[in-house]
Amino acid sequence: MTKYVIKRILLMFLTLFVITVMCFVLIKLLPLPAVREMGKDINLVLMRREKMGYNRPIMVQFFLYLKNIFTDWDWGVGEQMYEGLEIWDVMMQKLPYTVVVNLYSILISIPLGLGLGIYAALKKNKWQDTVISTMIMVFISVPSYVYAFLVQYIFCFKLNWFPLQLASLSQAGSLFSGKMFVSMVPAIMSLSFGVIAGFTRYTRAELSEVLTGDYMLLARTKGLTKAQAISRHAMRNAMVVILPMIFGEFIGILGGSMIIENIFGIPGIGNLYVNSINVRDYNFFMALNIFYTLIGLVSGIVIDISYGFIDPRIRMGSKK
Amino acid sequence: MMEDKYGMKIPEIPKEKFAFVQRSDEIHDEKLQTKAIGYLGDAWIRFRKNRSAVVAFVLIMILLLFALIVPVASHYTVAFRDGYYKMVLPRNSLFAGAGFWDGGKVEQQSEAGYLYLNSIGQETGKSAIMKVYDSFQDSTGATFYKVRTDSYNAVGYVFVNLSDSEYQNLKKYQDETGIQVMYPLQATMNKHFVRGNDGANFWYVLEDESQGTGGKPVLDENGGYIANYLTSDDPQKAGYDSLRIAGDGENGVYYTYAQKNQTGYRVRVHYEEYFNYVNGFYASFLFGTNVYGQDIFTCLAVGARFSLLLAISVATINFILGVIYGAIEGYYGGAVDMILERISDILADVPFMVVATLFQLHLAAKVGVVWSLLFAFVLTGWVGTAHRVRTQFYRFKGQEYVLAARTLGASDRRLIFKHIFPNSLGTIITGAVMTIPGVIFSESMLSYLHIINLDTSATLTSIGTMLSNGKDYLSTYPHILFFPAVFIAILEICFNLFGNGLRDAFNPSLRGAED
Repeated sequence: MTKYVIKRILLMFLTLFVITVMCFVLIKLLPLPAVREMGKDINLVLMRREKMGYNRPIMVQFFLYLKNIFTDWDWGVGEQMYEGLEIWDVMMQKLPYTVVVNLYSILISIPLGLGLGIYAALKKNKWQDTVISTMIMVFISVPSYVYAFLVQYIFCFKLNWFPLQLASLSQAGSLFSGKMFVSMVPAIMSLSFGVIAGFTRYTRAELSEVLTGDYMLLARTKGLTKAQAISRHAMRNAMVVILPMIFGEFIGILGGSMIIENIFGIPGIGNLYVNSINVRDYNFFMALNIFYTLIGLVSGIVIDISYGFIDPRIRMGSKK
Repeated sequence: MMEDKYGMKIPEIPKEKFAFVQRSDEIHDEKLQTKAIGYLGDAWIRFRKNRSAVVAFVLIMILLLFALIVPVASHYTVAFRDGYYKMVLPRNSLFAGAGFWDGGKVEQQSEAGYLYLNSIGQETGKSAIMKVYDSFQDSTGATFYKVRTDSYNAVGYVFVNLSDSEYQNLKKYQDETGIQVMYPLQATMNKHFVRGNDGANFWYVLEDESQGTGGKPVLDENGGYIANYLTSDDPQKAGYDSLRIAGDGENGVYYTYAQKNQTGYRVRVHYEEYFNYVNGFYASFLFGTNVYGQDIFTCLAVGARFSLLLAISVATINFILGVIYGAIEGYYGGAVDMILERISDILADVPFMVVATLFQLHLAAKVGVVWSLLFAFVLTGWVGTAHRVRTQFYRFKGQEYVLAARTLGASDRRLIFKHIFPNSLGTIITGAVMTIPGVIFSESMLSYLHIINLDTSATLTSIGTMLSNGKDYLSTYPHILFFPAVFIAILEICFNLFGNGLRDAFNPSLRGAED
C-alpha cells in the first residue's frame, strides 16, 4: 500500500510538471497585452522586462519561475489586475470565500444526500423511490446556473428573503457572521441541489446493490434486525464507494464554482480565475492553472487511495 | 417376457411393429419460424419499452427540428437588432386578450406615468394600456394606477431622419395603402427634453416643461389632452398634405409632418406601422426581445443549433479518436498500453477550463471561436471514450471466440473491428451520447463567463451568451433569462434520460446502476 501511495504521488508530480510546462510555454507564446504605464520612461520599461526575464528563452524563464516559487514562494505579481500585489497573497485573500460557501454547501448536502439515498434504496421500486429517482434525474441534469437564477428570482427578488449579491466584508463584519451567512444562502442553495442529487444517486445505487448481497441474508438469518443488518453490514459496504466521493468533494471545494461565484458576486477563487482570463493577467492565470490542476490531481489521488484505506479487500488486491 | 440382467421384465414387441420415422435424407426437424434478433434489434426492443427514454428521444428530435428550422424560417436573424423594440415581452397573436403571453405586463404607475401611457394611444387607437385594474392614493395623496401595459404599443412614436427619396417613398406608401405612418411633429420637438427615445410621444401640452418627460400633461375640461403640434398656415409649407389626422386644417392652421434639415427630413412616425413599412411585417416576438432588441425565439434556435451541432460533432470525433486509441491500447496491451495510458492520463488531468481558455487565447483569432472551442473539447474529450474502449477490449480479447478466430488466421485488424469492437459497441455508444449534455453545459458555461465571446458575432449566439445578457434584468425582465434557462434545462434532462435509456437497452444488467 505504501509503495502504491508513493508511486501515485510521484506520478502526480510528474503529471503536474508536464501540465505546468505546457501551460507555461503556451502562455509565454501568447502576445503580451499592452505594457501598462509602469513608468513613463521607456528605459524603465525595458529594465523591468529584463528583470522579469522576458528577454530570455522560454525554458529559462520557466526554470526562473520555478526557482522563484521554490526559494522565495514568489508566484509573481499582478500586472493587469491587483497591480503590484503578490499573487499568493491575493489568492489567499480570495480562497476563504470560496471555501466557506462550498463548505456550507457540502455540510448541508452530505447528510441530506445520504439520507435521501438510503431512504430511496430501502423503499426501492415503491413510489417513494420513484419520486426520489425522478428528482435526482431532474436535479442532476439541470445546470447549476438555472437554479441560481430561480433562487435569485424567487427567494431574493419575489420573496425578498435574501440579498441578491453577497454582503461585503465591511458590511457583514466577518466571514462567519450571521449577516454573511444569510447573504450566502442563495449561493449555497444553488450549489447544493446538484451535489445533493449526486450523493443521493450514488448512495441509492450502491446501497440497493449491497442490500441484495448474500451476506445480508446471512445477517438476517443469524438474528440481526433489519436496522442492525443495514447499519452494520450494508452501510459499511456501501460506504466503500461513498466515502471516497465525499473526500473528493471536500478537496473540490477549494476550486469552487466559477459560474455560481460570478452570479452571486462572491469574490472567490473562481471569480479571480475568470477575471484573470478576461483582463489577460497571465501571472494570475498561470498560478491559478497550477492551482486548479493540483486540486484535480489531489482529489483523484485521495479518492483512489482512500478506497484502499477503507476497504481491506482493495488493499490486499493492490499487492498482487 | 424377457428379463434383463437386473431382473426387470421387458415385454417382447415383435420387430414388425416398429417403423422408421424417417427414411429419406431430409430431416423433418421443425425450423425456427422467427427471425433471429440481432444485438441492435435486441437493444431496440428494450429501448422501446423504456417510456421515459422514448419521450426524451422524441423531445430531443423536436428540439433539434426547432433548432434547424427556426433560424431558416424566422423573420428575424441574430443580426436583427431593433433599437426601439428592446426588451419587449413575449407575445403570441393567439393569446390576444387572454391576459398572458400577449406582450403585456402588470405595472404600478404614478399619475404622470399613467397619463403618459394613456396618451400614446390617443392619436392611433393603439393604446399602451391594456387594462386598468385599480387606482389608489397613497398617504401623501398622490394617485397610483395598477395597469397592464402593452410593451409593444408603449414604444409609440419615434423620430426618424429620412433622406429625400426615402421620404418621398414613405409618402407614396401612405397614399397607396391609406395607412398613416407619419404623424404631426410637436411644437416642443426641438426642446431638450423631447430629444430622447420617448420624446416623440409627447404630442400634448405639458404642465411644466422644466420637469421634462416626467411631467404631467395639461388636461382640458373633458379630461382630454391638448395637442401641441407644430403648425403652419400654409399646407405646402407643412410638408405633407395627403393623409391628415382629425382636426388638421381647421381655421387655416395646418400641422407640420416633416421638418427639413441638412440631410433630409425629420419625421415623427408611429413605430408599429413604420416597422411594417420597413420590414414588410408587423413586429411580434414569440419569446420577446432582449436588451439589444434581438428576437429571443430566433436567438434561442440559433444558440441551440450551435450547441447541438457542437456537441454532436464533439461526440462523433471523440468516438472515432477514442475507439482507435482505446482499441490499440486494449488489444495490444503491455508496453504499448503502458505508454499510451500515461499520455492519456496526463491529458485527462489537464483541467478543461485551462484547455478551453488557452485554445481561445491562441486560436480564436486565427481559426475562429467555434473551431478553437471544438479543438478544446476534442483535445481531452476522447480520453474517456478511449478508456471505456480499452476496458471493453481487455474484457473480450481473451475470450474463446477471439482465440478461435485468431487460430483460423484472422488478422489483428479483423479481430479488432469484426470480432471485439461490435461486442463493445453498446457501451461505447452510450458513453458517446452521455458526453453530449456535458459538452452543452460546458459550452454554455464558457460563453456565459465570456471566455468564449460571441457577443459581437452577427451569425452566432449561444445559450450561455443569452443568459449572460439577461442576468442583469432578472428582476425587471425575467423573460430574457427564462426561455434560454428552461430550454437548456429541458435539453439536459432529455439527453440524460435518453442516455440512461440507451445504457439500459444495451446492458440490461446495469439497469438502475449509476456509473
